[in-house]
Amino acid sequence: MDEKIKARVMDAGKIKRSLDRMTTEILERNRNLKNLVIVGIRTRGIYLGKRISQQIKELEKIDIPVGVLDITLYRDDFAELETQHMVQKTEIDFPISKKDVLLVDDVLFTGRTIRAAMDSLFDLGRPQSIQLLVLIDRGHRELPIRADYTGKVLPTSRREIVQVKLMEIDETDEVLITEPAKLE
Amino acid sequence: MLEFKQRHLLGIQNLDVSDIMTILDTAESLAEISTREVKKVPTLRGKTVVNLFFEPSTRTRSSFELAAKRLSADIINFSQQGSSVVKGETLKDTVLNLEAMNPDALIIRHSCSGAPYFVSTFCKSHVINAGDGSHEHPTQALLDAFTIRQQKKSFKNLRVVIVGDILHSRVARSNIFLLQKVGAQVTLVGPPPLLPAEFNNFGAQISYDLDRALEGADVIMMLRIQKERQEANFFPSIREYRNLYCLTQKRYSLANKDAIIMHPGPINRGVEISSEMADSVKSVILKQVENGISIRMAILYLLLGGKERETAD
Repeated sequence: MDEKIKARVMDAGKIKRSLDRMTTEILERNRNLKNLVIVGIRTRGIYLGKRISQQIKELEKIDIPVGVLDITLYRDDFAELETQHMVQKTEIDFPISKKDVLLVDDVLFTGRTIRAAMDSLFDLGRPQSIQLLVLIDRGHRELPIRADYTGKVLPTSRREIVQVKLMEIDETDEVLITEPAKLE
Repeated sequence: MLEFKQRHLLGIQNLDVSDIMTILDTAESLAEISTREVKKVPTLRGKTVVNLFFEPSTRTRSSFELAAKRLSADIINFSQQGSSVVKGETLKDTVLNLEAMNPDALIIRHSCSGAPYFVSTFCKSHVINAGDGSHEHPTQALLDAFTIRQQKKSFKNLRVVIVGDILHSRVARSNIFLLQKVGAQVTLVGPPPLLPAEFNNFGAQISYDLDRALEGADVIMMLRIQKERQEANFFPSIREYRNLYCLTQKRYSLANKDAIIMHPGPINRGVEISSEMADSVKSVILKQVENGISIRMAILYLLLGGKERETAD
């Protein structure tokens, strides 16, 4: 499908500054860092989570474990999808019970992914608390969910697509707003 | 997005390599669920699966049952004993009656080759072949492949030896199809009456000498010898069979270092495999059982997920 790039809203520098600020906020809020664990939502949440863990390590000399969550099995639209999503591995090799879990995703949109992620976490244990970090909040929530740490609030129309690209898999750090080409 | 276009799982023959790899990869992702404290995900909530077994089975039936339950599907078990089949109901009528209860998938085991295919021609649900006559047993071959990949990483040029009653074995047929598709080399071994020369047509090597066939083998797959076959004179005696085809420590040492030992179960200790070999560290027989659940979860997930696909087959 052809798509048109409408705006480049963040570059590598902006993404880095956002993550720096959010890391500081995390440190401010979580006094007991030993109890903190990070869970990144596939795919880009993993890399954002790892960057934050790295930042905390540099600042506080403490290793925060990062797990990987695949929410495919918890989607609420499983029966309606035209084509199924490939299930990928959930890899959280540390206990999450009684932990403060920092859930990380790239874009917060309807809130349904986060709902699925929380259901999934509860099947793995009973966290002490769950906090949510997103790089972009693009609005249009359909569920009562909000982020605790937000990189950038980005008003969008529903038609638009927000693309977060990260060096680890996309070979560049940027956030784009694109729009599918109109059908002639 | 995922390219899995099958509506039914009738046999390995209908699958292409990418279907097989999609199933194995999905099984690998789902395996983690069985290690959780709460061994359940909500994915197939509200779906109904029917186990329709016209032949005895404990392993396959309970494996499908657990797989369905771990995905939150409801499952009912139907066996020939105590059903209307003994009162003379035909297969088609039995299936139509069950279909009237709106199941989403029928898992069928039947002594007639082709029974699942026949059912798929007239029923609305997804049909999964759990073993039909001496035709195919696709989930067994898939779980075997999954186990092999786990242990050996790749199928390319892997030497697999399948030993025993090839003639009557649906497990052997499904394995031959699958292993050849993914690039392994298959050698079949057994007494001539149980290994007709026509098996050449499947592209596998044929041998009647187990010791020779084991040289250079990476995977040794033993099949169960059914006692009733001996009564039907397919081979002279169990003792002779054991002397020629039983996997013993001495024979195992002819194979490649780190060759794995497989068996679809149930095993006859001291007939096709010695107790020592069945329990050895190289035996992955119980791993196969464990992997069976992941494979069957993958099949149910792939067939029952998504919108009803219009295109049949």
